[in-house]
Formats: sequence, C-alpha cells, structure tokens
Amino acid sequence: MKALFKNRIFKALLIAAVWLFVWQAAAWAVGSKLLLPSPYDTAAALVSLCGTAAFWKSCLMTLLRVFAGFLLGMAVGSALGVLTAASPFAEELLSPLRSIVKATPVTSFIILVLLYLSSALTPFFIAFLMVLPIAWTNVAGGILATDAQLIEMAEVFGFSRAKKLRVVYAPSVLPHFVSACTTGLGFAWKSGVTAEVIAHPSFGIGKAIYESKLYLETPELFAWTAAVILLSFGLEKLVMLLLGRTVKWK
Amino acid sequence: MEIKNVSFSYGDEPVLDNVSLSLTNGRRVAVMGESGRGKTTLLRLILGFIEPDSGEIVREDGEKPAVVFQEDRLLPWFTALKNVEAASEGGCSPAAILSDMELSDSMDKLPKELSGGMQRRVAIARALAFGGSPLLLDEPFKGLDPEMRERIAERILGYAGDGPILLITHDEREAELLKCDEIIRL
Repeated sequence: MKALFKNRIFKALLIAAVWLFVWQAAAWAVGSKLLLPSPYDTAAALVSLCGTAAFWKSCLMTLLRVFAGFLLGMAVGSALGVLTAASPFAEELLSPLRSIVKATPVTSFIILVLLYLSSALTPFFIAFLMVLPIAWTNVAGGILATDAQLIEMAEVFGFSRAKKLRVVYAPSVLPHFVSACTTGLGFAWKSGVTAEVIAHPSFGIGKAIYESKLYLETPELFAWTAAVILLSFGLEKLVMLLLGRTVKWK
Repeated sequence: MEIKNVSFSYGDEPVLDNVSLSLTNGRRVAVMGESGRGKTTLLRLILGFIEPDSGEIVREDGEKPAVVFQEDRLLPWFTALKNVEAASEGGCSPAAILSDMELSDSMDKLPKELSGGMQRRVAIARALAFGGSPLLLDEPFKGLDPEMRERIAERILGYAGDGPILLITHDEREAELLKCDEIIRL
C-alpha cells in the first residue's frame, strides 16, 4: 500500500478524485445546476460541445491569439531585456514603461486597445502586453545575474564576443527564460480569454464564456472554462517538453 | 612579463607593497603567504582586472596567460570535455590532456557530477589546453591527495615545457613539486 502511495500517477489520480468528490458534494449541497453544476454535468456539457464545429473553431482561434501574443511578448520582452541589461541609459529610459504595463489593470488595457484594434486582434495584443514585462524582467535579471567569475574566465581565455554570448550568457539566461515562459503562458491565457470576454470576437472561448453566462447555461460556462484549463495545461507541457531539456544541467 | 615595484591597497588598507618579479622563459616563481596577504590580488593585477596604485606590469606583445583560478570556474552546462574544448586554441588535444589528468572516464560528465578534486583537474586541463604563457596557477592542487598532486605536477611541468610558471600557494611542498626556483613571501 505504501508503495502504491509513492507512485506519482496513483497519487495524482487520488488527489484529483478527492477534489472531484469535494466539487460533487458541493453540487449536491447546492442542489441547482444553474448555480453550481456537478462534475458530471460539466463533463456532459463538454462532450456535447465537442460535437460542434463552433467549439473547435473557438478553441483554435483562442489558441492562435494567445500563442501568437505569447510568442511576440517573449520575443520583444527578451530583446528589451537584453537592451536594458546592456545599457543603463536604456534601463532608465524604458523602465517607467515596464512599470506602467505591469501596474495597469488588464481591463483598462482591453478597453483602451479596443479603441484602436479590431475585436479579433485585441486578445492577441493583450496577451502580448501581459507577457512582455515578464520576459523583459526575467531576461534582464538573468543577464545581470550571470556569474562574474565566468565572464572573467571567458575574457582570460580569449573568448570572442559571439562565443561569450553563446557559451556564457545564453546558457546562464536560459533558466530565467524558461521560467518566464511558464509564468508568461499562464498570464497569456488568462488575459487573452478575458479580452475575448470583453471584446467579443466572432469566434473565441472568451466570447463563448460570456454567452453561456448571458443565457444562464452554467454547465456550458464550466465546460468552456475546463477547455481553457486543458488547453493551457497542454500548451505549457509542450513548451516545457521543448525547453526543459535545455536546462538539464540545473 | 615583468612586475616592477607594484603596490596595491583596498581603500586605506595596503595589500601589496613594492612587489617585483620576472616571468621570463624558464622561470618558475612561487608566491607564498597566509590567506589575506594579497596573493590572489597579485594574480588579478597580472591579469589586468585591477590596476596597481604604483609600479608597473610590463607585458610582452601577444602574451596570453593561461590561468587556473582559485575557484574552478567551470561552465556548469558543459561536460568536462566541452569545458576544456571551449578554451582550447588548437594545440594539444583536449581529450588527451584530460586523460593525462586521469579523467578519461569522466569526460562526458557535467561539473556537478564530478568531485571537487576532479573539477580542479578539469580546470588545470583547460589552462593547459589553452596553451598560453605564462602559466598562472592559484592553489592548483586544492582538493587533490598527495600522490595525485605529484603526478599532476609532473604533467603540468611536461606541458609547460620551458614556459614560465607562477604558482600561488600557501604550501611550500607545492612549490617543490613544481620545481620553483624563486619563492616570494608576502
């Protein structure tokens, strides 16, 4: 029995079962599908949605917007991280921008961006905006935290600038970059779907969540939320599978 | 390389006072002293990381010192072999040098998978693979047992040939192992 509890899969299944039971018990206690659908009601709504083309199109559109925003946010944020780590002047000039993006509530941005961009592009841009400061801070932090002794060693052994970048800086920044990817993906999903709820693009999980709420279809609302969680989890696992190997030395 | 009447202090605290030494071909110099007497500061001055308060360090054109730092300073994401290859300038084969350091079976291991003594030998191999001169060794035998020290010292002398060596240590036996002909006490 002790060995069974040490098995990771069994442990994960057991924990999931405990929480599903808590959810089911709460649904029984509430006694209304409208207020709190049970796990069964949610699963049934999800299965039913899976049979519709609109579900898949909405998932695909949200996935594209969130992932494109995430990729652009990581790219621009990393470039800004390199720039501000290399130049104290750039850091002084650009850091207020980073602080503003970090501190402004996402809903303010969504409403503001809707004035300039289409409802289909707004979620993409919001995801980009939320990921940007995360990548920026982590990459700049990683560069500045590069071991000074290794930099001295590289100078003594005559490493060229490109070699220093490839052999010393890049591997040292990589764990910070990977950490930015996991945090950034979560933020991209949350902010992207929130933007869809407000912006109402033609297809998108956020729009579907809003409509489920509007028509009081609570099991569907739960099912769409479950779809977001599953997609977010799957995408994070995929990114970690690709990047996790690069920091094996840790 | 010539170090002429070099003095250095950290703020008001003098660390080196009027130190001179010559590192020309065939010279093997040991700098000895207890901790905090400025041995590593002297190495940093020689490498140009800091400037002396007075005196001068005359370097020959194209002179590229090979260094074993007090800390191993290995790239943690590279294997032992790749660490040595990264510094190699195409002279002796990095794999052959690692074999001479008795690390044939550990070339593909990451630094974290090696013992302290093994990491030390990788750092020595890296300096030898770089092939620069003079060879600057800051406590190179740290973590090695006495028999291993003897064998490694012999191989260092073999690779260094007629090139100058500067040994920084607090152990006079290490100066003997590297056949130092001058000992400077700080």
